[in-house]
Amino acid sequence: MKLRRSMMFVPGDNAGMLSNSYIYLPDSVMFDLEDAVSIAEKDTARLLVYNTLKAKIYGDIETVVRINGVDTPFWEADLEMAVRGGAEVIRLPKTENVNEVKELEIKIGKIEKECGREFGSTKIITAIESASGVVNAVEIAACSSRMVAIALAGFDYLVDMQTERSSGTEPELFFARATVLHAARAAKIDAFDVAYGNVNDEEGFMREVNIAKNLGFNGKSLIHPRQIELLHKAYKPTQPELDHAKKVIEAAKTAEEKGLGVVSLNGKMIDPPVIQAAQRVILLADYS
Amino acid sequence: MSYDKKHVESFSAENGYKKFRGVFAESPQLESNEEKHHRKIFSSIESAVAASGLKDGGTISFHHAFREGDKVLMKVVKVLSDLGFKDLTIASSSLLNCHDGLIEYIKTGVITKIFTSGLRGELGEAISNGLMQTPVQIHSHGGRVHLIQSGELAIDVAFLGVASSDEFGNANGSHGQLSCGSLGYAKVDAQHARYVVVLTQELVDFPNYPASLSQDQVDAVVTVEEVGDPSLISVGAARLTKNPRDLLLARIAASVIEHSGYFKTGFSLQTGSGGAATATTIFLGEKMTQQNIKAGFALGGVTGSIVDLLKKGMIGAIADVQSFDIDAAQSLRDNPAHNEISANQYANASSKGAYVDRVDVVLLSALEVDIDFNVNVLTGSDGVLRGASGGHCDVAAAANLTVIVTPLLRSRIPCVVNSVNTVVTPGQTVDVVVTDHGIAVNPNKPLLEKRLRDARLPVMNISSLRDIAIARAGTPKPIEYLDKVVAIVRYRDGTVLDVVRQVKR
Repeated sequence: MKLRRSMMFVPGDNAGMLSNSYIYLPDSVMFDLEDAVSIAEKDTARLLVYNTLKAKIYGDIETVVRINGVDTPFWEADLEMAVRGGAEVIRLPKTENVNEVKELEIKIGKIEKECGREFGSTKIITAIESASGVVNAVEIAACSSRMVAIALAGFDYLVDMQTERSSGTEPELFFARATVLHAARAAKIDAFDVAYGNVNDEEGFMREVNIAKNLGFNGKSLIHPRQIELLHKAYKPTQPELDHAKKVIEAAKTAEEKGLGVVSLNGKMIDPPVIQAAQRVILLADYS
Repeated sequence: MSYDKKHVESFSAENGYKKFRGVFAESPQLESNEEKHHRKIFSSIESAVAASGLKDGGTISFHHAFREGDKVLMKVVKVLSDLGFKDLTIASSSLLNCHDGLIEYIKTGVITKIFTSGLRGELGEAISNGLMQTPVQIHSHGGRVHLIQSGELAIDVAFLGVASSDEFGNANGSHGQLSCGSLGYAKVDAQHARYVVVLTQELVDFPNYPASLSQDQVDAVVTVEEVGDPSLISVGAARLTKNPRDLLLARIAASVIEHSGYFKTGFSLQTGSGGAATATTIFLGEKMTQQNIKAGFALGGVTGSIVDLLKKGMIGAIADVQSFDIDAAQSLRDNPAHNEISANQYANASSKGAYVDRVDVVLLSALEVDIDFNVNVLTGSDGVLRGASGGHCDVAAAANLTVIVTPLLRSRIPCVVNSVNTVVTPGQTVDVVVTDHGIAVNPNKPLLEKRLRDARLPVMNISSLRDIAIARAGTPKPIEYLDKVVAIVRYRDGTVLDVVRQVKR
């Protein structure tokens, strides 16, 4: 089970940030070749990210490269660099439909073969940033065995929807959040909520974190290291939650040792999803 | 027997006593009211200097409570230069960027020797390049008092800027428009200098309390237009930094303190200034509140973040040798639990009682730490003087737990190295090094290491930290020095800990 609470964006053309962002211990780091990098710096960023990946300084942190969209002249060169560099995951921005993912998948497979990388070892995260992406999210999420997560990106989506970010419960994002999340859950993959742009507004960020967490998102895309600690804290299980999870695991272990087919705790039957949830609580506690 | 004047005079002469020559003979200042009350007031620095008897080759002293806002030192040195003085020793408790102008006076021979805690900016650069014939004496805050008391540093005239003074010289740093807070360093000079000049921009009615510098120590009072620039005094603040790396370091440092074994009610602390130190104080305060742990006292180098904890009742008292910001200065003025102490009380190893001896936990910064835990806070990666000894080695030596906080790399400069350029604080007195890549514990503290490991903190060998730094940045090219010694690093007991050599250009 891999935790994906935090995916921190690092601009691909910022050598300083590339060289030390692992110190903040996000669950995943996303080296950005897309929106954070100006057209004039695309090749610089590609080289810097490639060398960062090759240096293997990110340890256990999942390395994700956001390539440019398949409708741009950059994405293939980006992909060559990312796959050959050893990126664990490719994040495809502005995903509209399954065809784009299929195109990406074929290209990844080709590069893997060429560079001697294990076939299928490069995973995919798709970012949904438009109305059509949301509508197609269920198909997109399930269209590739490489797919490990789906992310909602709010900014472009809201432009497409001809609205803007409000506060409170953010009703303008509700349908997209719910759809993307259902798509993820149906496909048994993870889901990332939108990034929160105002890094100095901790209150607003936490409000959004709670919305995402309560809906069931695994985590959020983050644009600043300061947001990591706050996010992880929000996902940290409470002591009663942890105590209960430990009891569930203990009961499951006992049942297995005794060869019982049915696990029960305090007279109640525990089914596999509950055990899985308990495992996740313990994992979250370990990494908080 | 009736009074026999002749008999008394002959008795005095026979027995070596001074003859009584009238009530005003030894106290001429009492002869007129004007003289009695106003005799210490001088209209200018020049006239005070004339009265002081300062001669070529003499030693003048200053304090640095106004930090980068200090206007006194350069003003006085200019006057002395204009008066034609030569070959002076300048003994300031520290020198900052605002004192770069001294270069000119060193070149012209007005200043030929320096005692200071720190050197930075163009002055540090020039001295590192061999500006002076005689090496600068770098001392710690406690060590300076030791040098003064041992007689090595004999101050002829102390020029002490204050926030307010009365005409008799009762002066402080906390009451006045230009509040710098504690006059902890100046108190020592006022006590030991042969002649003491107080410079103030606010002359207030007698008696001026509190009298940090008191009338029985002060010879002259001069009103000047500007003692300092208030906007440049503050180096600390109560607010939390937004720098993510400082926050990360602070979180780890606060956890180290929490799990060190010293974090219990009644503990004492010193946390210093800077983004990471302030954030650590804030995070530590949160832990104190959550666990209902109250500190006995805080020492420093005081910032608004410490003052906040005092206000919340989380700290019993503050002993303040230097107030780093306006919050600290105001608290010193208004809160009876916030007390001013002298540098002698603060950190002098040879005093009868230094506050540092009572500190449990201290948080200190570093420019470099080496694999023997030695700390350099004085010279940069280019070997140039760009820092200050401060109270670093004083409190490290005495505290129960000395925590050094530093990023592993600053840009591409490794901060954990094989061997520091300059030893200011011996590694034996350093317990933990907190970096953004992990924590190293001095092998002479195995129990502490166990506690931190048990708390699942990222403890690693200090050599591993060095290896990571080198892996990221490469091995730095060695600094090339010439033979000439440009500064002597004195340990707090007056011994020589290290020397700084001229850099090769």
